Amino acid sequence: MADHDSLEHRLAEQGISRRAFLKFCAAMASLMALPPGSAVAIAAALAKAKRPSVIWLSFQECTGCTESLTRSHSPTLESLIFDMISLDYHHTLQAASGFAAEKSRDDAMQAYYGKYLLLVDGSIPTKDGGVYSTIAGRSNLDLLHEAAKGAAAIVAVGTCAAFGGIPMAKPNPTGAVAVSDLIKDKPIINISGCPPIPAVITGVLAHYLTFGELPALDELGRPKAFYGETIHDHCYRRPFYDQGKFAKTFDDEGARNGWCLYELGCKGPTTHNACATTKWNGGAGFPIEAGHGCLGCSEPNFWDAGSFYAPLPAPSADVTTIAEVAAVTGAAAAVALSALDRAKKKRAQQAHEKLTVKDL
Amino acid sequence: MNPQDLLYWVRGTGLQIAAAIFVLGMSYRMLHLVLLGRKKSLAIPRGSEWAYGLRIMWQRSFVLPELSARGKFTVVAGYIFHLGFLITLFFLSQHIDMLRAILKFGWPALPRSVIDIAAILSIAAMIALLVHRIIDPVKRLLSDFQDYLTWALTFLPLLTGFMLLRSIGFGYTTLLTLHILSVELLLIAIPFTKLAHMFSTFVSRWYNGASAGFRGVKA
Repeated sequence: MADHDSLEHRLAEQGISRRAFLKFCAAMASLMALPPGSAVAIAAALAKAKRPSVIWLSFQECTGCTESLTRSHSPTLESLIFDMISLDYHHTLQAASGFAAEKSRDDAMQAYYGKYLLLVDGSIPTKDGGVYSTIAGRSNLDLLHEAAKGAAAIVAVGTCAAFGGIPMAKPNPTGAVAVSDLIKDKPIINISGCPPIPAVITGVLAHYLTFGELPALDELGRPKAFYGETIHDHCYRRPFYDQGKFAKTFDDEGARNGWCLYELGCKGPTTHNACATTKWNGGAGFPIEAGHGCLGCSEPNFWDAGSFYAPLPAPSADVTTIAEVAAVTGAAAAVALSALDRAKKKRAQQAHEKLTVKDL
Repeated sequence: MNPQDLLYWVRGTGLQIAAAIFVLGMSYRMLHLVLLGRKKSLAIPRGSEWAYGLRIMWQRSFVLPELSARGKFTVVAGYIFHLGFLITLFFLSQHIDMLRAILKFGWPALPRSVIDIAAILSIAAMIALLVHRIIDPVKRLLSDFQDYLTWALTFLPLLTGFMLLRSIGFGYTTLLTLHILSVELLLIAIPFTKLAHMFSTFVSRWYNGASAGFRGVKA
């Protein structure tokens, strides 16, 4: 008897053919750089997968991550996959509110203790006991610690949850931190980006459902399959970089010819993400295709890493003033020490007594 | 500290420290050199000190035929290295971006292919010069620790820069960080080592020329 709760069955209910489902699995496999044969394994695993309970906590955030995931382009297999998890708590998406909403979270946490996936978007304020962001009268800090206890794994969605993001930008008035700064005893996967690419979020979930474990991560806890290479590595404007052809303004001949935006501050070379390959809005394009350089939003502290429009080689602090002060100080020291030397020489000359025959 | 923080630090605070030490050290060293002064000569000058001094400053940029006969290899490789290094330093568009941010003015870059050739020749010349320094018994005897240190400090920015431009070995962030760090080490070392010749060589050339000019003889 068919398992009515299985993914395959639910997809069939929504008019998604097995062929379309397999195509999705193959796309996921290639996206995550898995061997070709693994598409079948993904399909088999996903088809049988029960809907895991997912609790989504939103802290200091702008809801852009949720917008990215839900409003990408519908209906897509990605969004349907998202339907296939049991999203037991999500501020923005859930129908329930008030006590009922909080109760559904408590119920899910009890029923699936040790098994549920905890998705977090937004950073967590820690200053003054975390009073700067509360839900139902409880601080984010408190909610995170409670929910993390029974989680099988935590997925930090977006740069705020992964690295602190904009709330953590200087001067960080709320003492905001990333999930990984607070939780040390659970596997954490960082899906950074402001917002992250929808396919990356679903890709990670698909990987988890298929293999029952988190994918390989880089040193910043991001899945290597999506964050292993830079925007620059796969940028369609890369040949212009290699030829040294750069747009100098946003409206010059170079810009019109689609030359490299490096000199206009593009952070593509130091930014690890999959925008250049998976693209946005149903494959319509990504920021560089729209003529704007990469901001580096999937990297830690991107908000404080200097101007978005300053080229990468430009100093990130004022070197000119320091050099001017150093030049004057050095010159002053040289003049002062030379004067001392001369005075010493003069004194030595004056003190010098001529040798006379008598002395001998 | 994550890789992005480290890159941000070397582009900011690290560069400030290196620039301060370099500029302070060199401005002190050069001005002190000039202010050392000499006793005023009471003899009647037989030629212009300034004119001949400036002429020699320029002229010594070219090899004297009598010098090139000896150690032809050192002279040729030395020229290739210096020219390649200067072309790469001042005419790569990324370097001009950096200098424009500091100096508030810029100039046109050379095509990437020219820079590539200059960098490769410069790197090859440096390696050849090091090998020659080790193989040649006289050069080996004359070399001390500082010679090898300054070689390494000059070589690293060239090597990491080339790797960065051609995406060899490591990721862009790592290579850019290493490249800027190696430049900062070089900048810090310059005032304290014989690398200070980048400025002092012109002071001493002028001095030689001026002293010969005063006496009315060929420098």
